[in-house]
Amino acid sequence: MIRELTCIVCPKGCQLKVELEGKNILSVSGYTCKRGLAYAETECTAPMRTLTTTAPVEGGGVVPVKTDKPVPKELLFKCMEVVNSACVAKDAKLGDVVVENILDTGANIVTTRNVQL
Amino acid sequence: MYDIAIIGAGVVGGMIADTLAKYDLKLCILEKESDVAMGATRANSAIVHAGFDAAEGSLKARMNVRGSEMMKDVTTRLGVKYNNNEALVVGFEHERDEVKAIYERGLANGVKGLKFLESEELHALEPHLNKDLTCALLATTSAIVCPYELCLAAVGNAMDNGAELMLDFEVSAIDKNGDAYTVKAADGRTVETKYIINSAGVYSDKVAAMTGDADFTITPRRGEYMLLDKECGNFTQRTIFHTPTKMGKGILVSPTVDGNLLLGPTATDIDDKDDTSTTAEGFATIFAKASDNVADIPFNKVITSFCGLRATGSTHDFIIKEKDGVVTLGGIESPGLSSAPAIAEYVEEILGGINALGAKKTSYKAERRPAHYFRELSMAEKNEIIKKNPAYGKIVCRCEGITEGEIVEALTTNPAAHDLDGVKRRTRSGMGRCQGGFCSPTVVELIAREHGIPFESVTKFGKGSIINYGKTKGDN
Amino acid sequence: MKADLVIIGGGPAGMSAAVAAYDAGIRDIIILERDKSLGGILRQCIHNGFGLHRFKEELTGPEYAYRYELQVRERNIPFKLNTMVLDITPSKVVTAMNSEDGLFTIEAKAIILAMGCRERPKGALNICGRRPAGIFTAGTAQKFVNMNGYMPGKKVVILGSGDIGLIMARRMTLEGAEVKAVCELMPYSGGLARNIEQCLNDFSIPLMLSHTVVEIHGKERVTGVTIAKVDERRKPIPKTKQYIECDTLLLSVGLLPENELTKSANIILDRITGGAVVDQNRQTEIEGIFACGNVLHVHDLVDYVSEEAEIAGKAAAAFINGKHANDKSLKLVTDGKVRYTVPQCITACADVTVYFRVADVYRDVRIVVRDGDKVLVNKKKQKVAPGEMETVTLTKEMIEGVSTDTLSFSIEA
Repeated sequence: MIRELTCIVCPKGCQLKVELEGKNILSVSGYTCKRGLAYAETECTAPMRTLTTTAPVEGGGVVPVKTDKPVPKELLFKCMEVVNSACVAKDAKLGDVVVENILDTGANIVTTRNVQL
Repeated sequence: MYDIAIIGAGVVGGMIADTLAKYDLKLCILEKESDVAMGATRANSAIVHAGFDAAEGSLKARMNVRGSEMMKDVTTRLGVKYNNNEALVVGFEHERDEVKAIYERGLANGVKGLKFLESEELHALEPHLNKDLTCALLATTSAIVCPYELCLAAVGNAMDNGAELMLDFEVSAIDKNGDAYTVKAADGRTVETKYIINSAGVYSDKVAAMTGDADFTITPRRGEYMLLDKECGNFTQRTIFHTPTKMGKGILVSPTVDGNLLLGPTATDIDDKDDTSTTAEGFATIFAKASDNVADIPFNKVITSFCGLRATGSTHDFIIKEKDGVVTLGGIESPGLSSAPAIAEYVEEILGGINALGAKKTSYKAERRPAHYFRELSMAEKNEIIKKNPAYGKIVCRCEGITEGEIVEALTTNPAAHDLDGVKRRTRSGMGRCQGGFCSPTVVELIAREHGIPFESVTKFGKGSIINYGKTKGDN
Repeated sequence: MKADLVIIGGGPAGMSAAVAAYDAGIRDIIILERDKSLGGILRQCIHNGFGLHRFKEELTGPEYAYRYELQVRERNIPFKLNTMVLDITPSKVVTAMNSEDGLFTIEAKAIILAMGCRERPKGALNICGRRPAGIFTAGTAQKFVNMNGYMPGKKVVILGSGDIGLIMARRMTLEGAEVKAVCELMPYSGGLARNIEQCLNDFSIPLMLSHTVVEIHGKERVTGVTIAKVDERRKPIPKTKQYIECDTLLLSVGLLPENELTKSANIILDRITGGAVVDQNRQTEIEGIFACGNVLHVHDLVDYVSEEAEIAGKAAAAFINGKHANDKSLKLVTDGKVRYTVPQCITACADVTVYFRVADVYRDVRIVVRDGDKVLVNKKKQKVAPGEMETVTLTKEMIEGVSTDTLSFSIEA
């Protein structure tokens, strides 16, 4: 089976072709960098995504956050639930951990800006 | 017990309220919508017509000519922008007789400052006109105003002088109790009053029926408009009409007092009294007809389109009458805006005739500070104000240059805005080229703050027009 | 007040230009920013994908902005927040206003325009129907969700497949909304391929190409939209109309450089980019007034904005220091398939990277740059698309060798 993918690693958006036999990857073509090749491989076996969203701040308002590395794609909505019930301190700085090792993925939820401007 | 209840806070009801506010009366204005100026006043051509359209001897002709004469003083007193930009009724060669006839009718109606123009003079005045037009009537008394600005100022001035405004008050029944009336609202509120003024616009027939008057009906006539960016505001200097038809004055091209270019209206009779949809046919008609008169209109500079309803009466003339203490105003279609000051003066005369007015107040304040005074100030004057109130140094609407101070003023002075569109009509915030894209979240914040309501309770124009459905995540 | 360099806008372009000018020796700089913090529109672009070129890592918008904010702060470059510039004159007098200083003017030796862009509003689209609540540009919705923390819709249709629209499709979905469709008038998307993949396909949101919204339903709040397929001339085909129930219509139908101030200085704008006509230094036709970032032409990547802003910042420094070469005069012309170039002219012999966009999707083509009949560049491309900016680098030697007064840019088979 041939699976066609659009690489999401960078804005180039290379069109990748992955030749599969069951879960085994026989070949990958269309990539223009090493990261593209790696993307094709994980995308066909265990797709991963970086989650970016907002988290509630103590006393009201929201602050942008992200997972500090990609998490399994199928866990995105579950991660959202966890983040939505988290609480970021009023004096949190960019990069502070909001949720550690979210859903045992090994990824932390970190703020992407200082709460105070 | 009120002395007088005015039903309908459009420009006619507003001008009447302002006129009656000088008497020592307990006055209320009942409005079905969440703000004033929400009916025909919200969306019309914004023209102070010279008075050559209406048939000789009609009430329309009389009110129009008089209203047009009064308008400059009224707008000056209320601090409303008024621009005597003149108008042209243009015609092709085969329409020459019709243009002549309008000229003659204008003279018969007593309109001053009319002039018949030949091709050369016409094109010298307005270089963007279609070159095939060969004649025109020039009306030098024709002017432009902003209809809702006038209505807001009139209602505001009446309120400053003691009148009460009740919003979301949709009149559902009127009962007579001896010498007084009980006016009931759909939500259960009631108002007791000695006299009633029915200035309910497209609903004036319904309100009249509640008082036992079934003499006329109102057919809403839909008029669609397009508004172009301020870069196009000087495209024509005058208001350009084509020779009129049975359905109205046709598609006009006119600058607005705020410097945009307005095209419209279409004219479609409909049944639904609040169907203000725009249509593909409407857009096509505006493109075609406006281009007949003015060449090379930059249609790609359209920033918004909208639709208004005109209250076209079954008698084809204005209806202004009094019976048992109820003054009914029906069929106040175009030129209703132009006529509004004269209608108010006439209503005052009628009420005086039945001894409904009594003595004048000693405390009456006639003059009103212009809503846009801040923008007109010099740099030094602005800095004085900013020093006292820093909110005037903070621009919220970047396209129109509107400050937080001005928005707070719109939220706190009579008649106070309660929603996003209300702020927009009062300040022009959100009315510019980005159409509120940047400023609306900030304006929502200011509305919530000034009225002490939750962010998600702020609406676009009251009732169910909610903007946000609540927080993305719970409180902490 | 007087200043050597006034920078209008404290977003990625303004900050990057300020840092570059500072590093080129200019100290008397002031950045005027209308918002309450530096960062510009990046502050609300909380998604990742920024910085791969500049920082070799993937950052979110606020993180990317903060890197530049730190560079500004480390250098102690002065900036004024909540400050709106109201006017600039051809003689470089800037009038601005804020709460602390009131209305004030600054006489500048040089100005860098970095005001960014705005979204095309609904009015320009002439969609039929009433005007209920629930119609937002994608960026306005983004601000409500990401900055205010409120949900402007639950059932959403998006018109236009620009990147902000795609990003908001994912964002609203993650926050619990149902995004029913993204309609795109053109037969191709204006957004990046990766965003179609990770924002739409990941969530099974249909992208309906050659479709538009013809009518909006609802009196108080949107209750639905009617969409239709369009023909080759982009006119809706009546028999393809279908109703979609929704409470929200988001618009992502294009960005327009925000050049009101540029116009106030009587600077000529390029009809196609909507930004100023500039040379390789990003200098406008008025000496000492430069432009960079989205106010000059709309970029898809902030990395390129920073790059362009550095050029403008350095050039402004050179201008202030009186070191401004002017030894060539070339006009860059396009064939229509190449829609525009930035810069539009070259005034000095130096290495110049020319940025451009194409008018349609073309496959297996060559990007060709000619001096008369002489081919200077002949670059093969598998695919070029309007949504993706292309570049060609011309060397100093190439430019020195140009024998005519124009360079023509074309897309050829």
